[in-house]
Amino acid sequence: MRIVFKTNYMQDIRPWKDAYQLCLYLILLAVVATAPWWLDDFYLGELTNVLIWAIAGLGLMILTGHTGQVSLGHAAFLAFGCYANVILLEAGVPFLIAFPLAGILTGLAGVTVAIPALRLHGIYLAIFTMALSILMDDVIVLAEPITGGVAGKYLGGVEIFGFLVDRWGTPVQFFWLVLGVAVLVTLGYINLLRAPLGRSFIAVRDSELSAQAMGVDIARTKMISFALSCAVSGWAGALMGMFSGAFNNETFSVLISIQLLMMIVIGGLGSIHGAFLGAIVIGFLPQFLSISKEYVGAVFGGNTVAIPGLEFGIFGMILIAFILFEPMGLYGRWLKVRTWFELFPFYRKDMFKRQKSYLKTERLR
Amino acid sequence: MSLLEFEYVTLKFGGLTAVNDLSFEVEEGEVFAIVGPNGAGKSTVFNLISRFYDPYAGSIRYNGHDLLKAKASGVAAFGVARTFQNIELFEHATVLQNLLVGRHRHRKTNMLSEVLFLPSARRQELENREKVEEIIDFLDLQAFRDKMISGLPYGVRKVVEVARALATDPKLLLLDEPASGLSVEETTDMRWWIDDIRRQMGITVLMVEHDMGLVSGVSDRVLAMADGAKLALGTPAEVQSHPAVVEAYLGKAS
Repeated sequence: MRIVFKTNYMQDIRPWKDAYQLCLYLILLAVVATAPWWLDDFYLGELTNVLIWAIAGLGLMILTGHTGQVSLGHAAFLAFGCYANVILLEAGVPFLIAFPLAGILTGLAGVTVAIPALRLHGIYLAIFTMALSILMDDVIVLAEPITGGVAGKYLGGVEIFGFLVDRWGTPVQFFWLVLGVAVLVTLGYINLLRAPLGRSFIAVRDSELSAQAMGVDIARTKMISFALSCAVSGWAGALMGMFSGAFNNETFSVLISIQLLMMIVIGGLGSIHGAFLGAIVIGFLPQFLSISKEYVGAVFGGNTVAIPGLEFGIFGMILIAFILFEPMGLYGRWLKVRTWFELFPFYRKDMFKRQKSYLKTERLR
Repeated sequence: MSLLEFEYVTLKFGGLTAVNDLSFEVEEGEVFAIVGPNGAGKSTVFNLISRFYDPYAGSIRYNGHDLLKAKASGVAAFGVARTFQNIELFEHATVLQNLLVGRHRHRKTNMLSEVLFLPSARRQELENREKVEEIIDFLDLQAFRDKMISGLPYGVRKVVEVARALATDPKLLLLDEPASGLSVEETTDMRWWIDDIRRQMGITVLMVEHDMGLVSGVSDRVLAMADGAKLALGTPAEVQSHPAVVEAYLGKAS
């Protein structure tokens, strides 16, 4: 086990523990960034998809994982970001302005939604946000002159500094764009967590009562959390639109919202790693299923007709398994495995067992 | 002018009068204890000061300011910090993070400078860390600095709550049963800490406590309450021998 001997405060404040950890993450980044040289175009596309989902997961993680506000409506914000980006591009705004602006506009939309949502807790907030997601579908159909309605919209490549970035034409450039956004969002997220704002999110999640007593304005903090979460979702949505090329009101259905929430629960709530691990599961599971279906068909000689709902059924089962056996998600499992190796042979079975929570002060409101 | 002034405060929950026409003053620099049987309205007094409840009548003034005009989240800005009877820590955060939340009222940076972690945010973090480490040293929490709250024993959690309240740099510290559930040794520690908080840090302490040993050991004045009203107010010895207090605890001699 590596024990870091701390000699100044910056060792705690900077995002990495020691040089060893920093190296690991830089190597990981280098491996991913060089993917175009060791992956074929199909799998590069899949990797791009995983990264986009991870960005969306980071967006929801801010709100659900760190501020404790469940949202079943983030597909609405993905849609908002996607349409905002395309509409701005169609108006002739260059991509480098349109893309950030799409996220900022989505963030503002999030604040507008947050105002009525501030009074809601738990299941009621989930219902409210889910309604939002369903509503977005209709809004896109009704606002046909702007959104193209059921016919949807089409987005070709965009130009950045004279380079064409297109999902199909230049998948490598598009991959780097997505990777760049993912890295920037992750760095911003890390900074947030080591600053007062991120800690006030955690405070609101764990005890609104004492957060207030410490001078944290609950309503304001939740609103900022909504804004940041929706802004990141907006960027993810814009990238999703560019990835699929064509989209309409059904692209960002309520199922996407549910999938997104499942993803961060499977990955591990309340950790940046969780968003990425969850995205890997969500992104690669359909491929894994179709490959294994072929394999099963080849071995047992059955037909390989697609079974409707199979994907969601398996997602559901994985989710149930996680909630039952590993509520801390994949990241929590990874921490346990790592601790087992680090402490070998002194790992105790109940090391991560949550202690009984002591009685909380009765709800005052 | 007293630091905290309660004037004719009444709070009703439906038909139940939780606090009934209560008046008292806490002077700067003293340790003021509130005692009374269960349900006397002691914690309600704290929740009134924290602005979790709006009083039905009366006024609460702090250092000359009308406290009733502040929001619940604005009370900390006056320099009033508190602990809770049934520990309200941020469970899934480390001791250090909990204490740093206590520094929230001193936040000077905005969202953008924090997301980019500009030098101003870095400077602020270093300042916060220095303050928090002083408190960790003061309350002997070094061994638990990076531990998650959810894995800590009850006694340590009690101390972390006091530490978090101290991290806000308060002028008035409200301790809601600081010794409940603590062992004899831990209670003795708590007693010296309360003494030091008052003497070294110059913080006025208002506490609710059942342990009469602790109350008579540290407090200058004691307010005894029953059924939301004042029974007696005076030095610990005076209050303990006051006939109304004896009656409230032991019942009337027949």
